[in-house]
Amino acid sequence: MTDLTKLTAAQTAEKIASGDVTAVEVTEAHLARIEAVDEKVHAFLHVDREGALAQARAVDAQRERGEKLGPLAGVPLALKDIFTTEGVPTTVGSKILQGWIPPYDATVTRKLKEAGVVILGKTNMDEFAMGSSTENSAFGPTGNPWDLTRIPGGSGGGSAAALAAFEAPLAIGTDTGGSIRQPAAVTGTVGVKPTYGGVSRYGMVAFSSSLDQGGPCARTVLDAALLHSVIAGHDELDSTSIAQPVPDVVAAARNGDVAGLRVGVVQEFRGEGYQDGVIQRFDESVELLRELGAEIVELSCPSFAKGLAAYYLIAPSECSSNLARFDAMRYGLRTGDDGSHSAEEVTALTREAGFGDEVKRRIMLGTYALSSGYYDAYYGSAQKVRTLITRDFEKAFEQVDVVVSPTTPTTAFPIGERVDDPMAMYLADVCTLPSNLAGNAAMSLPCGLAPEDGLPVGLQIVAPAMADDRLYRVGAAVEAAFQARWGHPLLEEAPSL
Amino acid sequence: MPGISREEVAHLAKLARLELKDEELDHFAGQLDDIIGAVAAVSDVADEDVPPTSHPLPLTNVMRPDEVRPSLTPEQALSGAPAQEQQRFKVPQILGEE
Repeated sequence: MTDLTKLTAAQTAEKIASGDVTAVEVTEAHLARIEAVDEKVHAFLHVDREGALAQARAVDAQRERGEKLGPLAGVPLALKDIFTTEGVPTTVGSKILQGWIPPYDATVTRKLKEAGVVILGKTNMDEFAMGSSTENSAFGPTGNPWDLTRIPGGSGGGSAAALAAFEAPLAIGTDTGGSIRQPAAVTGTVGVKPTYGGVSRYGMVAFSSSLDQGGPCARTVLDAALLHSVIAGHDELDSTSIAQPVPDVVAAARNGDVAGLRVGVVQEFRGEGYQDGVIQRFDESVELLRELGAEIVELSCPSFAKGLAAYYLIAPSECSSNLARFDAMRYGLRTGDDGSHSAEEVTALTREAGFGDEVKRRIMLGTYALSSGYYDAYYGSAQKVRTLITRDFEKAFEQVDVVVSPTTPTTAFPIGERVDDPMAMYLADVCTLPSNLAGNAAMSLPCGLAPEDGLPVGLQIVAPAMADDRLYRVGAAVEAAFQARWGHPLLEEAPSL
Repeated sequence: MPGISREEVAHLAKLARLELKDEELDHFAGQLDDIIGAVAAVSDVADEDVPPTSHPLPLTNVMRPDEVRPSLTPEQALSGAPAQEQQRFKVPQILGEE
């Protein structure tokens, strides 16, 4: 009998639509897998067994009535715990929201439900999506299924680990500086940050509103495209949502091709701090693109060198403002309300008790960067760097169709190694955050294992805003060529849990 | 640019409504000093004639007709409240006795 947890989302949907298998059987197989391995992996913060089975039964009933099913109907999904889910806890990995049951669905949640996607539960993440390792979760770290003593990336480590551990074929992440792509890279999975404004932020707990972008996570490029097309599109509940048609990412993923494509290699994305095995696999990927008919163009984007510094001013500045809403008055934790403290004191006591170290660091950093006397030097200058980075991308995209780089400078590092060294942790996002600053579209997909540690390496593809389809066209071609070379998907080499 | 002192961190924590413990102040002061030292690199462009970018999209106000629509009920809106009374959020004392 087929192991239903090993199928792709596309295969699963096809089997359900044709009646080969029921959505309930698929859901039960994944719930059993979670039961069997998640104690070790800790990808999930909450498993919604009843909700998942109810949704699966609804899909099966739809099919029995002869209704046409959507392209992902009945397929299970792991939802990052940053999206509100009506009646289901949403913590954002923080004690400050522990036990909170949202009274409404995020737009992404609603679209998934309407598409018949089965939401298995909510996945672990760095608190408020601040981090690159999922160690900043208030509810304990997640293990990387390739090596449980290593980080699964972050902030969306739970979503990526759920895919790599075959607990779900689909997941949703959010990417503010790389939180979809970096976890994808270090777990050997596929993750896409759509163009900023491509997927609604309504009901997605805000960290840094000009950078945050929800997007699809999967084990294959086609599955990511199918999920992308379900969640993307204009939403009047998000005033920064783009009122334009979504690029046809599914057609692009079905027609992988790079012949004649101009591919840019940015020289700033290598050198000190990059692991040898990562550079080796990246160089092989560039060679592969050349063999597939792409034209390789060497580029320089000098402003990218200041991207990290600009990002770690802009994101904390926006976070210090966004997180002011956690004031212990309307929802979430309240501490110290014993009659002896004023409202202001209760707010300060609650935030002290409810936020973890990284969140506190970033709130204070942002408060500092925005304070009078420092605003121009820090936040103002960071905004200028943002302009320069956007211009570097614009110049690059005059010469090339896509830009490629390693997704992250190293493979998965050991849990605990960087947790109290913020600057070392921040370096994990050095290749991914320029795309958040510029608002363009980017993907990470597996390009092999680093020879020195046998851990996955990610290839990042970047396309101009609203050209998300290019990511899938290139990604599908690269994925097919690598799998032909390897003889199987990369995840087959992961140890069994 | 100057580094950040323990006193400044205490002031920031107050502004940010974080009731930090003494040991946290020591711990964060060192880390924030390191981070600020690293991110100060952005100031090299301070004099350059570059317009700032606050957002990736050219934003304009998005308007909709001002009409009554379905929304959360009072019970739903209050469902996460730490304390409530008479269909209102109940908060600790805001003003002094005087």
